Amino acid sequence: MPETLWTVLKVFIVVNVVMLHVAYVVYFERKVIGHMQARLGPMRVGWHGLLQPIADGIKLFFKEDIIPSSADKPVFYIAPVIGVIAAIASFAVIPMWEGFSLANINIGILYLLALSSIGSYSIILGGWASNSKYSFLGGLRSSAQVISYEIAMGMSLVGVMMLSGSANLTDIVNAQSQTWFIVSQPVAFFVFLMAAVAETNRTPFDLPEAETELVAGYATEYSGFRYGLFFMAEYAGMFAMSAVATVCFFGGWKGPDVWFLASIPGVVWFLLKIYGFIFFYFWIRATLPRYRYDQLMGLGWKLFIPLALANIIFTGLIKLL
Amino acid sequence: MTAPQLFFAYFAVMITVLSLLMITRRNPVHGVLWMLVLFVHIAGLYIFLNAEFLAAIQIIVYAGAILVLFLFVIMLLNLKKEETVKKFQKHWLVGVGTGIIFAVFSVSIVRKIEVFPQLGKYTIEAVKAEGNIMTVGKVLYTKYLLPFEIASVILLVAIIGAVVLAKKRIE
Repeated sequence: MPETLWTVLKVFIVVNVVMLHVAYVVYFERKVIGHMQARLGPMRVGWHGLLQPIADGIKLFFKEDIIPSSADKPVFYIAPVIGVIAAIASFAVIPMWEGFSLANINIGILYLLALSSIGSYSIILGGWASNSKYSFLGGLRSSAQVISYEIAMGMSLVGVMMLSGSANLTDIVNAQSQTWFIVSQPVAFFVFLMAAVAETNRTPFDLPEAETELVAGYATEYSGFRYGLFFMAEYAGMFAMSAVATVCFFGGWKGPDVWFLASIPGVVWFLLKIYGFIFFYFWIRATLPRYRYDQLMGLGWKLFIPLALANIIFTGLIKLL
Repeated sequence: MTAPQLFFAYFAVMITVLSLLMITRRNPVHGVLWMLVLFVHIAGLYIFLNAEFLAAIQIIVYAGAILVLFLFVIMLLNLKKEETVKKFQKHWLVGVGTGIIFAVFSVSIVRKIEVFPQLGKYTIEAVKAEGNIMTVGKVLYTKYLLPFEIASVILLVAIIGAVVLAKKRIE
């Protein structure tokens, strides 16, 4: 029994840490993009706007929850919840430091892929249930985009699985104690990074919520806390993808084994690497314009999937020799 | 009842209930959603049987790809008319007949299954020691290589067929 309690406590802590990160990453994003555009970002609430996420959270929580009269109510209610659950459940298999993951399962990578495919339902259903043209178009775009890029993402991780000989995320990190997989799998990393951006519907692949064409895409009819849930799902998804990239290509919790750096605990390295990826997300958002929809699909099917396939064959040949 | 029995009972009952819910919904999108919940439960049953790889594939392939395509087609067709049509059409008797024939076949097959057969090479312990993915991969690419390749070719034929059909409309 104490073991069950301990597990529940661990789950509680991890979920709360993730939620806190999700709240503050929005602040971080506004600051980073603000400074990239020679602005200051949020400054009013608290010192340098540090209390802004809390104010935003309270505002979202107490706003009226408006539901369109012709919406499909049960589906409308449940759509954002699916997204949040899928995004947060991804953290169950991520090894955060030596020997710590909520569930150390052998099919870790497949579990993550399965959850990301469940998560896409939230956007499709949210778009459909709203009964609005903008939402519906956003939902349809998203379903096509997510299916296409999921293939590329899955295949880019095959190379990692082949090198480490396992789909268990802890084994994958341990297989990188000599060299990180970014060195031996640069093509796979590139494909994974692009697919991760597309999977989380971020700029330059944020067609499902393209503000200039679709108002807010699938989330147009959502307000109050349900909108907040979509928001949380997107940012938690970004953290999940960054964590997967860290674990599969950047050696997870492992840091350089020299001098005083060796004494820094693994979780610090793990978080630092994740923050690096999150910064990358914001960086490209401030830099790149949005793709056109046919360009996005062409890129996915004609470049990333063949690249990932070629990478699998190449890795197989190298392993054989 | 022991814990495994309870577990199985839950999944068996839920799978039956969800299948019924799925085929009785007026709104096709709701039908697809119950099917999604059904697939998740089937995956749960696979985990219960120590086939975690199959469970993950069940979700990735069926829930992640096939069902999304279902949704896509249903949403694009806009089946508003379907919702007003009566549930029992005049050919319901044919449906019942087909159902009964299928049920008879299923029962006769299920009766032939030995409940406690002689244990083969792939016991739970053996699979666990080698890992799920490794075991499936080894069997699939050695013993069942030909059927596997034949299945791939059939899928390839379907893909080419779809491309040909799609091309025709443009010309």
